[in-house]
Amino acid sequence: MTAVLQVEGLHKAFGGVQAVADVSFTVSAGEMLALIGPNGAGKSTCFNMLNGQLSPDLGIVRLEGRDIVGLRPRTIWRLGVGRTFQITATFASLGVRENVQMALYSHAGRLRSMLQRFGAAFRTEADALLSQVGMLDQAERTCGVLAYGDLKRVELAMALANQPRLLLMDEPTAGMAPKERVALMELTAGLARARGIAVLFTEHDMDVVFSQADRIIVLDRGQLIAGGTPDEIRNNAAVRTVYLGGTH
Amino acid sequence: MTLSSILIQLLNGLASASSLFLVSAGLSLIFGVTRIVNFAHGSLYMLGLYGAYTLIEVLGRTPLGFWSAVVLAALAVGIAGVLIEVLVLRRVYRAPELFQLLATFAVVLVIKDIALFAWGPEDLVGPRAPGFDTAVEILGKRIPSYDLLLIAIGPVVLAVLWLLLTRTRWGALVRAATQDREMVGALGVDQAKLFTSVFFAGAVLAGLGGALQIPREPANLDLDLAIIADAFVITVVGGLGSIGGAFLAAILIGVAKAFCIGIGTVDWFGLEISFSKLTLVVEFLIMALVLVVRPYGLLGKPQAVQRIAAEPSPPLTAPTWKMALVWMAVLVAVPLVADRYVTILLTDIVCFALFAVSLHFIMGPAGMVSFGHAAYFGLGAYAAGLLFKQAGLPMEAALLLAPLCAGAFAIVYGWFCVRLSGVYLAMLTLAFAQISWSIVFQWDSFTGGSNGVLGIWPSAWLADKTTYYYLALACCGLGIAFLWRVLFSPFGFTLRAGRDSPLRAEAIGIDLRGVQWAAFVLVGALAGLAGAVYAFSKGSISPSAISIAQSTDGLIMVLLGGVETLTGPIVGAAIFTWLRDEVARRTEFWRAVMGGVILVIVLLFPQGLVGGLKALALRWQEQRA
Ligand SMILES: Nc1ncnc2c1ncn2[C@@H]1O[C@H](COP(=O)(O)OP(=O)(O)OP(=O)(O)O)[C@@H](O)[C@H]1O
Ligand SMILES: [Mg+2]
Repeated sequence: MTAVLQVEGLHKAFGGVQAVADVSFTVSAGEMLALIGPNGAGKSTCFNMLNGQLSPDLGIVRLEGRDIVGLRPRTIWRLGVGRTFQITATFASLGVRENVQMALYSHAGRLRSMLQRFGAAFRTEADALLSQVGMLDQAERTCGVLAYGDLKRVELAMALANQPRLLLMDEPTAGMAPKERVALMELTAGLARARGIAVLFTEHDMDVVFSQADRIIVLDRGQLIAGGTPDEIRNNAAVRTVYLGGTH
Repeated sequence: MTLSSILIQLLNGLASASSLFLVSAGLSLIFGVTRIVNFAHGSLYMLGLYGAYTLIEVLGRTPLGFWSAVVLAALAVGIAGVLIEVLVLRRVYRAPELFQLLATFAVVLVIKDIALFAWGPEDLVGPRAPGFDTAVEILGKRIPSYDLLLIAIGPVVLAVLWLLLTRTRWGALVRAATQDREMVGALGVDQAKLFTSVFFAGAVLAGLGGALQIPREPANLDLDLAIIADAFVITVVGGLGSIGGAFLAAILIGVAKAFCIGIGTVDWFGLEISFSKLTLVVEFLIMALVLVVRPYGLLGKPQAVQRIAAEPSPPLTAPTWKMALVWMAVLVAVPLVADRYVTILLTDIVCFALFAVSLHFIMGPAGMVSFGHAAYFGLGAYAAGLLFKQAGLPMEAALLLAPLCAGAFAIVYGWFCVRLSGVYLAMLTLAFAQISWSIVFQWDSFTGGSNGVLGIWPSAWLADKTTYYYLALACCGLGIAFLWRVLFSPFGFTLRAGRDSPLRAEAIGIDLRGVQWAAFVLVGALAGLAGAVYAFSKGSISPSAISIAQSTDGLIMVLLGGVETLTGPIVGAAIFTWLRDEVARRTEFWRAVMGGVILVIVLLFPQGLVGGLKALALRWQEQRA
């Protein structure tokens, strides 16, 4: 397997807080890598440095061999990185299908037109994505009125719209029922394997993590304290202290 | 300049800084706690001056009379502030932010006419301050001792405010609310009382700032909007909600202005530069500069993140062709049955409709509120007039080129504006409008100064009022149709998407700033078209077309009709223009009537007229079902 994402020695501090310290890992094509850790461990901060929203104080991020540190989020997206946010970010006044179409139009570079009508193109593509995430029946609804778990699905559909090489998912199943969580991540894992997408995700639901991840890395107070297969992590003493004796 | 004249200018600047600081501190305090941009704050300042004038007449020109008059005037203005808060604003705290703004515009109109009624249209020159009517000699120059007193008052008030804010429970609440409005509600503090007290304090500061100016400046009816522009600039330069920042900014701007006057005209390498003409512009230049370098002002912090996300905007629905055609047919038919007067009024309405629709485009779907949209309307009008008069172009060519000129200004202004958001953005737009106004106002030889450009009449084939109405209808109708069409294009969807979630927009590859900039230029050009059509319909154009009042008229039209609907701005423009015309013919106090009507509408229909009527219709349908 080839590494789609390579992270080396990532650092980020906010004022006095060292949010992320010397984090290194790789994700390969088709692999599901879970990044877990207690609240405030620095997971979201890591994500934000990977898609260009924050710039790291130090460290290298390579996407398929290319250094992407310092590029803007929109440029990194064009290089094939899709992402979902911990706090969902969708276009609340637009319809569900329109949200996905926005991503498809953007991918095709067709958002500049002032005179065409939006919405005629990429309908079938949008519907295909929506049916994948189980949102086709709500395609006509406005995003602003959706339940939280459904918003997460819309985000996933949007993240898949540019046929990403790398998918970053920050707590993708928050707000869903336990069964739905496993189902959604199974779907993601299926897509990842079929299309060779590298997936990095965080998740607080350990059932999801241990059943879906190929590999798990554990972050605590900004530092990676363990990494390995689900079985290795399950039996790792350091991880147990963090999770049993720590904040969780 | 010699050392002594530098000193003079410095003292002069510091003296005017004091009042500016008082007004801005009040504005900042109110904004910090209530998140209301109080446009009526300048009106409170104006009332302070008038109040002090009258009270001095009553109490006598003795030191005791003078100073009790100043204090009483400030307290009276404080009570006026409480009345505004309790009677109006308290009822709209839950309404969308922009509606609160509309309410404060209405208050501005009402207060202006109350002042006109009570004190008449003439400037009132107040007495000098007894005991401080002499001059002090410093470095051989004479400085009014009252100026020195004012210089001392600024820091004293700053110290008092600082003590109040840091040493009292009230101050702790104000600081907490400024940082996080929701938290105060959660702590179980009586929010209504806190807001009322903050309004009182802010209004007292404005009133005191005004009252103290009575020996230096005559009371007049234009002070309200003039001082609100200054106060906005100072608040924004200093940082919203920061009292210390307001002090710093007031000094910076007061001194810069004084120096511009003091330097006068200088000859630099044969190039004559008139600094005194810069006075009107210099504060806005400082503001534009500060905002680009420090987007939250000198001492400001990024605005506290609102925990409860603002209500998402409802989806837009496109007007149907059938409706549009019916309306077009009606508008085409009206001159056939109505008289000349109605045709002229309709021409006005059509121009303002395009103006309002272009403003709505940028503040509604694009999410960038502009307090200075008249800049583009006015610059378009001036471009038309000047291309016609100065460049000698045929009227038709001037009309077509004018929007391009307005758009060219929007390219420059917009570049700065899209770097900011929210209130800061709104105030920067106001600053650019004011810069444009100052330049047009002062450049006598080119723009005709305060007289404006006269004798810009349409070509012979358009001279007939009805024919010109059809031209206006065609130009503005096409402009509106174009803007609406754009709203439903990929570009328009991108704007709406960027307003809903800038984060997601960027994360799907959208260059949001670029898109917003393009939108700025687009609406600038179309507002310019509206202005050009308007200019030729009137035969003249004056600086008032760029004024703050013109900008707020546009905001009132949009908000009156409702931001959430596409047709709202047109309805708002029609009603506002028609009502103003009707009322102005009947009474001198048309502003108060307009303000009263707006207040009633604000209190009854917090979603605007069209939105409110739609909601009513919906409820009616539900009841029948
Ligand atoms: N913009 C910021 N400014 C200051 N501190 C920040 C900022 N973002 C994150 N932090 C701090 O950095 C640390 C890591 O935060 P981060 O959001 O990355 O944690 P997380 O692992 O995603 O937690 P959670 O599971 O709660 O989402 C925390 O201590 C947080 O307070
Ligand atoms: Mg997180």
